[in-house]
Amino acid sequence: MSVTVTIPTPLRGFTGGADAVELGGGTVGEVIDGLLAAHGGLKRHLMQDDGRLRNFVNLYLNDTDIRHLASTETPVQAGDVLTIVPSIAGGSPAVETELPKLSHAEVLRYSRHLLLPEVGVEGQRKLKAARVLTIGAGGLGSPLSLYLAAAGVGTIGIVDFDVVDLTNLQRQIVHGTSTLGKTKLESAKARLTDLNPNLKVESHDARLSAANALEIIREYDIVVDGTDNFPTRYLVNDACVLLDKPNVYGSIFRFEGQASVFYAKEGPCYRCLYSEPPPPGLVPSCAEGGVLGVLPGIIGSIQALETIKLIIGAGDSLIGRLVLFDALKLKFRELKLRKDPDCPLCGEHPTIHELIDYEAFCGIGAVPAYQGPEIVAEQLKDELSQKADDVILIDVREPHEWEIAHIEGARLIPLGQLPDRIPELDGHAEIVTYCHKGSRSMKALEILRGAGHSRVRSLAGGIDAWAARIEPGMARY
Amino acid sequence: MSLRLTDALLEEIRRHGAAAYPAECCGAMVGRSAGNGTGGKEVVRLWPAVNRRTDDPHRYLIAPDDLRRLEREVRAEGLEIVGYYHSHPDHPAAPSAYDTAHAWPWYSYLIVRIEQGQPREAASYTLDPERPLMHPEPLEVLSEV
Repeated sequence: MSVTVTIPTPLRGFTGGADAVELGGGTVGEVIDGLLAAHGGLKRHLMQDDGRLRNFVNLYLNDTDIRHLASTETPVQAGDVLTIVPSIAGGSPAVETELPKLSHAEVLRYSRHLLLPEVGVEGQRKLKAARVLTIGAGGLGSPLSLYLAAAGVGTIGIVDFDVVDLTNLQRQIVHGTSTLGKTKLESAKARLTDLNPNLKVESHDARLSAANALEIIREYDIVVDGTDNFPTRYLVNDACVLLDKPNVYGSIFRFEGQASVFYAKEGPCYRCLYSEPPPPGLVPSCAEGGVLGVLPGIIGSIQALETIKLIIGAGDSLIGRLVLFDALKLKFRELKLRKDPDCPLCGEHPTIHELIDYEAFCGIGAVPAYQGPEIVAEQLKDELSQKADDVILIDVREPHEWEIAHIEGARLIPLGQLPDRIPELDGHAEIVTYCHKGSRSMKALEILRGAGHSRVRSLAGGIDAWAARIEPGMARY
Repeated sequence: MSLRLTDALLEEIRRHGAAAYPAECCGAMVGRSAGNGTGGKEVVRLWPAVNRRTDDPHRYLIAPDDLRRLEREVRAEGLEIVGYYHSHPDHPAAPSAYDTAHAWPWYSYLIVRIEQGQPREAASYTLDPERPLMHPEPLEVLSEV
């Protein structure tokens, strides 16, 4: 069994000038052992001190990199050609002096990372040096900040202005029952630094806005967007493009989620994908539409994964790809994203050079929503007890919300069915509509008014206000 | 041993470095070597490479697949790869520890310093056959008439 090993020019000084050597052996490893036995001077150039191949030495068996085969265990046959191909690598000294060292305790803590050649000591030191900003410490922010903290990211900045609420705990796993009522910043910082005391948490107690976004984001290497609304999503995107930062994006709704990495230097930005926001109110938020608690765990973990890959430079990034996840079908789909040459932000002739008013851009406040007459919960209670027969009370929520709780005497007509069911209503009756917190009810009012009903009012604050003030025993959600 | 190239080629390397700033540029130097690798080398043309390291502006990597293609191409022309060039943004034109750790013997490694986007001095090095040390080699820059 004879295999031809071709020797690249730089190594021929060690084979007496020969450009090929014939050797026997059953596997790639055995052939290499034979080569080193015959030409000992090659050893220090091909092998590390631990006897493994240097990472910039590539072996091709015929036309395939042996890393794609069984590495040095790959069997060889007579007539095979084993080619030594150099990778050429180098760089200026800046990084070597800048990357922080790992303590013995850190080496132990991250040992499962250090065993991965793709991470290794250098990758772990890069994680330690990294500064990552997460926007929001909610559904997505929880898992991704936990995993980033555990992975050894040195500095995590968090922007949030909210407090921990009981409805958060179904999915926001960085918080707990013991931190109810505390700020999310305080709650997350305590949990994250308990998980990893090496971590430095930088708290930004603010709502991210055009006034503070550049100043905050500028200080970080990577931004992870865990926001739940369009104005902030466009704001984060635009600030990242203007500052040349990668933006690790994720979003969730009910049972579906999506993730990508927007990095205008190397691929598309969020505006290349969605040049215009949807009309206000068309896409319900998780607070309105619900979300399965595990879903942000999956999407947030993908965001943490992509962040770590960006930091250590391993694998294929989600830049230019959008991953769509359907939890009920348990299916991942992938869309290729192209950079839009006409993108007003990152295209060939950009027209956006600074941050804008994102609330207005997303139509919030620009077109005032319909404002019909309201009735407060106390007055509704009085009217229902005095003249229940004269008032038609319509619950415009969905049947599954009705099951959680409803007001005695109400009729369920979900908002989507209302236009078709108007004939059921007495045209002269007094109508009061209600929903969860008041916004769908206002839309119902608009529909009823449009159909000619003039004596219509909406319960201010919805059933939530009713439960809070009139029926304390009623379940809230 | 020495590395010879024309001032036009050196200028091309300097421009490549300035264009890539603040990231590093890299490329191969294609030419001839005298006496089967024992004498000096002459650069005939350059092959600007795609830097496969995009995660870190202080690193460069020329992938093996790119090099295999180039090898085949230059062999057909009766030439060979005599070395590689890369830039050091805001750092001296001297090999870093990382450069030395990844160097191959025999090849010339030409480094050009780019200071604030402006190309500065260039110098060439070869690896000691015993590793892990790089020695400067004479750089002969020829003026074209």
